[in-house]
Amino acid sequence: MGQEISRRTFLRGGIAAAAGLAAGSIPGASAAAAPQEKKQLATLLDISKCVGCEACVEACNEVNAHKYSNPQKPFPKMYPQRVPVADWSEKQDVTDRLTPYNWLSIQHAFVNLNGEEQEITIPRRCMHCVNPPCVKLCPWGAARQLENGISRIDSEICLGGSKCKKVCPWDIPQRQTGTGLYLDILPSFAGNGVMYKCDRCYDQIAKGQLPACIEACPEDVQTIGPRDEIIQKAHALAKELNGYIYGEKENGGTNTIYVSPVPFEELNKAIEKGKGKPHLKPVKDTMAQANNLTTAMVLAPVAGIAAAVGKFVKLTKNSQ
Amino acid sequence: MSVQQIAISKTSNRALRYVYLITVFFLTLSGFGQMPIFKRYYIADIPGFGWLAQFFVTHYIHYLGAILILVLATYMISDYLILQKKRIRLTATGYVRGTILAGILVSGLLLVIRNLAGSRFTPEFIIFLDIAHLGMVMTFLIVAGYCLVRKRRWVTQR
Repeated sequence: MGQEISRRTFLRGGIAAAAGLAAGSIPGASAAAAPQEKKQLATLLDISKCVGCEACVEACNEVNAHKYSNPQKPFPKMYPQRVPVADWSEKQDVTDRLTPYNWLSIQHAFVNLNGEEQEITIPRRCMHCVNPPCVKLCPWGAARQLENGISRIDSEICLGGSKCKKVCPWDIPQRQTGTGLYLDILPSFAGNGVMYKCDRCYDQIAKGQLPACIEACPEDVQTIGPRDEIIQKAHALAKELNGYIYGEKENGGTNTIYVSPVPFEELNKAIEKGKGKPHLKPVKDTMAQANNLTTAMVLAPVAGIAAAVGKFVKLTKNSQ
Repeated sequence: MSVQQIAISKTSNRALRYVYLITVFFLTLSGFGQMPIFKRYYIADIPGFGWLAQFFVTHYIHYLGAILILVLATYMISDYLILQKKRIRLTATGYVRGTILAGILVSGLLLVIRNLAGSRFTPEFIIFLDIAHLGMVMTFLIVAGYCLVRKRRWVTQR
């Protein structure tokens, strides 16, 4: 039901989008509530419904195939030689982990639920953080956050330095060497390809359509909508399932909210983790530490002026 | 100003100069550390420089440096306006360096705002800020290097 409502309102939002919203802007979850066009959209994933059929994975690959790279070979020789080459172009059919050609994968966890050993399957992709470090710390602005909360990497600008992956708490972005802007600059000395990850079908959303993974799911695992509404739904669902929430607070908040009947601590222990296989651990707000210094930065000029005035007062007193 | 006050002022100016130089050094190092180059080019492998490959560390240090440089800049400007205006004036290279530094500070502060959750800059403006900030730092280093070699001072006596 929730899924049906989500789809219907989404399509209504699409009419508004078609009526004049520019590509990359927000169709919104409801055409009746225009201010929501500027709201971050979040997805709710009810893990209890997921059967691991991989329909979402297939749909993601199909819809986003035109965004995948066709790298030039042989790759430019890298200096220094320790710079790693990442080539997935010959392994495009790999779906059991995240790659530049697979932006969504299913993780499997065998856990004890209600006294029975059960398999839980979890669709994993970019979490689309509310304040995404991949976007904020990209040195070139190649990673960008759309007003609807989607974080996406512009493959026309990305140089493949992989900083976004290193600052991502889940190591989501994946590199493909031999493609992108770096080939036109200093291919041997700077850059190393393009970073790829889920862009939550931003182009589909701009047209008022659902992301492919949501549209294709036969079990209605995912719902999309304004973040505050999705959070409310997640809490209601967690209460109903006597379940647990992941993604609401992680990294200061994300736009991908999982609800599971099993504690995420247990799921994290049970899933296979590693390269392209993200964890489910609690994550502190990675941007908070530096952002907490912003207040000090605002006060810094006051301190400078106060020091100069203090010096003036001291000199005046001494000269009297 | 008495002889004793001038002596104190000279000592504090020398101390400020060292604080300024150290701050600029760490700001430059941590600023370039925002690009993934130090690990690639083995600099982070040098003992004591490993932090240059840790992006959240360089980011934090860059913020600390920015706070210090803001304190120093506003102190120097205020001190000049309150106490020194009649005694000293900015040289031509002082004006050039001051202008570039102001540009670096303004673009840096805008990038700090960009880093806050909910900031609403367009991607194009962010790219402009990133490139402008880096470009002005490179220009500042070249001009500062020139001034160091040619012994050009920020200020001179009126």
